[in-house]
Amino acid sequence: MHDAAVVTESLTRSFGDRRALDGVDLEVPGGVLFGLLGPNGGGKSTLFRILSTLLPPTSGSASVFEHDVERDAARVRESIGVVFQAPSVDKELTVRENLLHQGHLYGLAGASVKTRIDDLLVRFGLSDRASDKVGDLSGGLARRVEVAKGMIHKPRLLLLDEPSTGLDPAARRELAEQLADVRDNDGTTILLTTHILEEADECDRLAILDQGHKVCEGSPGELKSAIPGDVVTVDAPETKRLAVDIAAALDVSGKTIGAGIRFEARDGDGLAVAIRDKFAGRITSLTIGRPSLEDVFLAHTGHAFRIDTETGETT
Amino acid sequence: MSALAAKSLASRELKSFFRQRSRVMAAVLTPVVLWLMLGSGMGSSFRSEVFRGDFLEYFFPGIVVFSVVFAGMYSTISTIQDRQAGFLQSVLVAPIPRASLVLGKVVGGATIALIQGVVLLVLLPLAGVELSPVGLVLAIGILALISVAMTGMGFVFAWRIDSVQGYHAIMNLILMPMWMLSGAFFPADGASAWVRGVMAVNPLAYGLAALRHALYWGDETLRAGLPAMWLCVGITALCGLLAVWASARAVAKKPF
Repeated sequence: MHDAAVVTESLTRSFGDRRALDGVDLEVPGGVLFGLLGPNGGGKSTLFRILSTLLPPTSGSASVFEHDVERDAARVRESIGVVFQAPSVDKELTVRENLLHQGHLYGLAGASVKTRIDDLLVRFGLSDRASDKVGDLSGGLARRVEVAKGMIHKPRLLLLDEPSTGLDPAARRELAEQLADVRDNDGTTILLTTHILEEADECDRLAILDQGHKVCEGSPGELKSAIPGDVVTVDAPETKRLAVDIAAALDVSGKTIGAGIRFEARDGDGLAVAIRDKFAGRITSLTIGRPSLEDVFLAHTGHAFRIDTETGETT
Repeated sequence: MSALAAKSLASRELKSFFRQRSRVMAAVLTPVVLWLMLGSGMGSSFRSEVFRGDFLEYFFPGIVVFSVVFAGMYSTISTIQDRQAGFLQSVLVAPIPRASLVLGKVVGGATIALIQGVVLLVLLPLAGVELSPVGLVLAIGILALISVAMTGMGFVFAWRIDSVQGYHAIMNLILMPMWMLSGAFFPADGASAWVRGVMAVNPLAYGLAALRHALYWGDETLRAGLPAMWLCVGITALCGLLAVWASARAVAKKPF
């Protein structure tokens, strides 16, 4: 059961002249929580739509449990549960009715589907809201209904598109716990897209997508430890001149990002102290940190993660 | 074909409809108000050499057909809304043939339309029509055929059109003339030649004529001047089949 859940080879998808995905090779091992991290427009939603059989590739191939998404779409559809970013429930129907309808779409009926629904309601903490219209639920609860819906037929692979967008931190944490539970207790492979770094940090493995390319892949820990040393970030009112002056004085090179300058250094403490001693009057804050996924992204793409994202959404 | 999925989709259409009270109220009241208003207002201006009753009576089958036609067409707006909201996507990634989706949507929408038409038949005595039991069965059957034809036609457009506003605009452009020139509002015998020509090729005119046959099933003299029943039913049934076929084809051509 731990064969590859998803394999893509040179997967490419164009929209007119624009290549949303450009030659992506990816292998998602079975039984893991796998994240596709990238800024908006990075290509992750295109990949999601191809894997959920809603969009054919322009070239290259993608398969789910060895079934090609194009030629063998029916088999792929049986083995995947899909949780879209947009709500796919009928708001006029109750939670139970929505789940029952979903069961019917997967050929489940009678007592077995009722038992399955009861199980899911308990697991996702929805039992006492089962008879409420989904339209009356909070955003967090409605998202849980979506995930429960995707799980109705015990899929081998659960695909989720930006599952925690629009959720508050508490609901986001709950969702993460529930997904971990699905992975551990159902043996379901989970593939989610995200542009939220905290969510990506909780994945077992990650592929980072930028401008249609896969820029790196590995566990969050591996990816971060591949970036050497520490990261020293200087915030200052006037960064450009300061960056040049620090570089000249201390023989380091930094990247200016917004109102900050970022340095990678083997000895973060030493660099920070040196900067403070020489430039104290010109800086507003100074931080030393281990590389984050944001640093990983920057190191691989040469540009900042946040700049490409829509305002306000990214943490 | 997954009958279970189709049934589930159809029953969802019905549940959604009946849970929106404003929609149910409007569906029942609009035709009644229109019938009483136009029926009473036009009363003395109405004159036909073939039809012997008053205008309220003449107009009644027309308003029943109006109700079914618009209900059937507009029920398919849910397809556009489902696409916008995201509901449709989860149906499209389910392992069911697209035919189940078409069948579920058309049967669900047609049932809503049929129920509206049949409910209006309760007012027949007010219109002065005495319906025989055979006539009732025939009327329901004919309304069912019209419902399927109109819902199927609506689905073909709804599947291709992305906005509810655009759908409304196109539907009004097609439906209003189609209904007006079906013999619902005035009989062909007093109309100018070109209008008569259009009415002769308007399939809905045959559906309406079939309904008039059914409503006056007991009295052949009241059915004088209508095209033959077999022709009316045949054309209506053919339109139903065509509409379902066109729906299936629309989905096959544009699977998402």
